[in-house]
Amino acid sequence: MYNITNILEPITLNEALRMYSDNPKLKIIAGGSDVLIQLNHGKFDDVELLSLRKIKNLNNISLLEDGTISIGAMSSFSNTFRNEIINKYLPVLTEAAVSMGGPQIRNMATIGGNICNGAVSADSAPTLFSYNAFLKLVSIDNIRMVPINDFYDGPGRVKLQPGEILTEILITKENYHKMTGNYIKFSNREAMDIAMLSVAVICNVENGVFNDLRISLGVSAPTPIRCYDAENYAKGKSFSKETIETIGQYAKKSAKARNSWRGSKAYREHLINILSQRAIKEAIKRAGGKC
Amino acid sequence: MSNKVIGSSVNRLDAVAKVTGKAKYADDFFERDMLIGKVLRSPYAHAIIKNIDISKAKALPGVEAVLTHNDLPKIQFATAGHPWSLDPSHRDVEDRLILTDKARFVGDSIAAVVAKDVLTAEKALKLIEIEYEVLPHVLEPEEAIKPGAPVIHSEKPDNIISSFGPEFGDVESDFNNAFHVFEGKYETSIVQHCQLENQTAFSYTDTDGRIVIVSSTQIPHIVRRIVGQALGISWGKIRVIKPYIGGGFGNKQDVIVEPLVVAMSLAVNGRPVRYALTREECFIGTRTRHAMKFEFKTAVSKEGKLIAVSINALSNNGAYASHGHSIIMSASSKFRPLYNFKSIKVTPKTVYTNLPTAGAMRAYGVPQIFFALESHLDDIALKLNLDPIEFRKQNLINVGHVDPLTKVKVRSFGILECIEKGKELIKWDEKKKNYEKQSGDKKKGIGMACFSYFSGTHPVSLELAGARIVMNQDGSIQLQVGATEIGQGSDTALAQMAADVLGISFDMVHVISCQDTDITPFDTGAYASRQTFVAGAAVKKAALEVRKKILTIASKKVGLNIDELDIIDANIIEKNLGSIVCSLEDVAMESYYDRINASPITSDTSVNIRTNAPAYGVTFAEVEVDMKTGKIEVLEIYNVHDSGVIINPKLAEGQVHGGVSMGLGYALSEQMLFDKETGKPLNNNLLDYKLQTILDTPKIGVSFVDTYDAGGSFGQKSLGENPTISPAPAIRNAVFNATGVAFNKIPMNPQAVFEKFKEVGLL
Ligand SMILES: Cc1cc2nc3c(=O)[nH]c(=O)nc-3n(C[C@H](O)[C@H](O)[C@H](O)COP(=O)(O)OP(=O)(O)OC[C@H]3O[C@@H](n4cnc5c(N)ncnc54)[C@H](O)[C@@H]3O)c2cc1C
Repeated sequence: MYNITNILEPITLNEALRMYSDNPKLKIIAGGSDVLIQLNHGKFDDVELLSLRKIKNLNNISLLEDGTISIGAMSSFSNTFRNEIINKYLPVLTEAAVSMGGPQIRNMATIGGNICNGAVSADSAPTLFSYNAFLKLVSIDNIRMVPINDFYDGPGRVKLQPGEILTEILITKENYHKMTGNYIKFSNREAMDIAMLSVAVICNVENGVFNDLRISLGVSAPTPIRCYDAENYAKGKSFSKETIETIGQYAKKSAKARNSWRGSKAYREHLINILSQRAIKEAIKRAGGKC
Repeated sequence: MSNKVIGSSVNRLDAVAKVTGKAKYADDFFERDMLIGKVLRSPYAHAIIKNIDISKAKALPGVEAVLTHNDLPKIQFATAGHPWSLDPSHRDVEDRLILTDKARFVGDSIAAVVAKDVLTAEKALKLIEIEYEVLPHVLEPEEAIKPGAPVIHSEKPDNIISSFGPEFGDVESDFNNAFHVFEGKYETSIVQHCQLENQTAFSYTDTDGRIVIVSSTQIPHIVRRIVGQALGISWGKIRVIKPYIGGGFGNKQDVIVEPLVVAMSLAVNGRPVRYALTREECFIGTRTRHAMKFEFKTAVSKEGKLIAVSINALSNNGAYASHGHSIIMSASSKFRPLYNFKSIKVTPKTVYTNLPTAGAMRAYGVPQIFFALESHLDDIALKLNLDPIEFRKQNLINVGHVDPLTKVKVRSFGILECIEKGKELIKWDEKKKNYEKQSGDKKKGIGMACFSYFSGTHPVSLELAGARIVMNQDGSIQLQVGATEIGQGSDTALAQMAADVLGISFDMVHVISCQDTDITPFDTGAYASRQTFVAGAAVKKAALEVRKKILTIASKKVGLNIDELDIIDANIIEKNLGSIVCSLEDVAMESYYDRINASPITSDTSVNIRTNAPAYGVTFAEVEVDMKTGKIEVLEIYNVHDSGVIINPKLAEGQVHGGVSMGLGYALSEQMLFDKETGKPLNNNLLDYKLQTILDTPKIGVSFVDTYDAGGSFGQKSLGENPTISPAPAIRNAVFNATGVAFNKIPMNPQAVFEKFKEVGLL
């Protein structure tokens, strides 16, 4: 049952920041699809909520003058995967967003909530890692920009300072321009499931060679991770069968998968190897390449 | 009888009410001053309760009562939804208290709170202080039956609920003389019904001092009996009302929340109290499907004829008996009227463990045994280098077959037609050839499996059903049945039967859907795929009585014998001439208002059905296996059924869709998991328990073959549970065909497939 003692519903960001700074014990609620579940499962006894839902413009998606794409933290998964800018420039994010939950959850759940909840299985995370996204974190007296790769702290933990609200996710032009990619969510079910393992690949290929390759994994370590060794190995190499197999091996090595009743370490590592290769091949195919 | 409502796909009676939200389920009723009941559940799999201190919980403002076993009668009772037996040796095991005095699984009900709202009740639960003496626990049946294993119930020191099994023929000599002997081990997992509506009930004492229970149940009349027994209350003092029900699949063929909700209400002087389970509670606190382990040994002749089968079976019953041994007995009898074994011996053990209680679930043990049998037959066919379909075909029984033990007679046997239709639908021969040589990461395969099932429980249990008809002034009728509509559509099918017999249109039949043990005729409820078969006979009898009364009045008008008359389209017809004598309404009006002869037309009947009618079917499945990730996708699946005369094809198809979907989950993803060290449930929620979604479900092909069974009142046989029996082995056999790997355990989820592929060296 939900023991909600109070809910504050500011209509401007400033108002929200002031309330939050006055009472850092407030629990932020966006779509509520994690917060309410946690409340129901007794993670908090009682709680005073600070809702971001009534704040205008926090769900905007826009293309800035310098080509940077800005995604409002309150943009729902439905709003995200249906957005023209996202579809045109960040198709891998579309792929990730539509793989999430089911229609009702995608309507409620926000990208910001997905990131701030800190789950290793968050469907937006691997893709945003591979796009080198920045997070704009705002508090009453500060604004900071943090690469998403530095934001995660551990399972369910992110580096939000007291009083901080995530307002935007930013992806600069050089990080998506002339890139193709693929997101693979591996789960038991085709809908309403969390990833058992996920891989997001973004790459730039030319004449059969990797100019740039970024591989990120979900549910492979205590946080979502990038596979830098694999990426560095790939750069400048032509995409032969052997290269791709070696990349798969490297990806597997960067992971810190563990045994759980949801899946064994051995199986997860096997999947990392197989699925990162598949995602790379698909990304190459989408770039018009052959491998 | 020529209206032909039977066999037409009329819309369900409750379709509009359900779609528009008008239909009221148990949780949609609100009584003034209603309180909320909640239960404290054991955190230990096995523990003695040394002391319970409820003082702090009782002192919390808003708490009206706190109950433990000390406050309730010390009556051990049984919960299974079986008809009462006058023969004490045929009764269910009475092994539980409403609130237990010893914890036997994680989730066992220990104390209850009645409070003004859920939050207060939950707070109060945390204030109850219990001193436990934790005991060693046991989760696996083979461990539980070892000497020295923890004793779960003192009445059964070996933890064996029963080990009785059927046997006929001379198994020993058949094995001694056998040309081939094959052995195989097969295993199924614990799964759950996951019916949409969790168990919920509320209770109060009415103005006459009687106890009223409104409950989401499949078995209102049995609820009444068991609440009476559990609390030592005279049965007539109890009234059970069943509103619309959101599914049951057998989970509500058990009396789970009702005795406690009555105790809660009585503890607050009969004030209304609601006790509604959460999904998490429902997973552990209700019933599950028995996990079973089978060892098959089969004798086959040189010509490939099945001669004898010997089956050892271990059934994991969890902490309380519930339906207990009857599940494996059902399995060991219902598979028999299919293949022509000369001798059969089943050696079962139904065993207590410290897990949630297993009970009735759709097809009652039969999906388990057919997973084993149909997998085993494919394994044998491969070894004999026989086509699995031809192998089965050459071993079928014939019409007229009589089971030597149950004496059940096969009067209709459409399995061959089912097989031929299924082969055609899936394009068996073509695909078989195409998939012989495959390379690449993905491999396709096809497989099939057959099944047999019963219609109702005869000869094991009483098969009683009641029906009542009242004719209105306009010739329409109210039909009351004891059969319980729980979503399967029985009200609609039964209304079609009444309309057919009476020569009136479907919309002239008003079914009183809500069951009320004070009002509705006696019937033991919705289970065993019995209602269309058994209650159908009651409806026919009631309708025939009404028909006779109508025609008797009409015959006086024309001076013809009633045999010369018929009712068509609500008119009385002279059969020979086809001319209308009068309208049915004329007859009905006379029956109400004739100054001399008025006597409204009604009937009130009951049938005791002492026959059975085995029903049959097949599943054909095509799969694609990702050889690298272990993921299995079902590309096509067809269920073809011999269920006798199909009363309503659209409803029947719906049953098959639901049943196959359940079978898909059983084969591929569903499984309740428990921590071995603690016995705690790991996945008692719908995120972690992998019930299939619509996106996981391929298009399900459904077909029926034409048969007529003389045992059915309209030629009908069972269908409710049947569709869920054969999908799992068919999918398993398709995977076998695709990969050459014989999976002998379900579910075949990606992790399990990965491990098996590693084991056999494919990865
Ligand atoms: C049925 C179901 C299916 C699901 N399926 C998936 C799935 O497939 N994939 C997946 O990744 N997740 C899934 N989830 C989890 C959840 O829906 C997502 O994580 C979702 O994105 C959370 O967003 P929200 O807006 O609902 O967050 P909320 O629950 O409102 O918040 C989540 C957390 O983030 C904090 N927070 C939210 N917004 C901000 C902000 N702007 N600044 C600072 N802190 C903030 C909150 O305080 C809270 O701690 C599922 C959940 C459910 C109930």
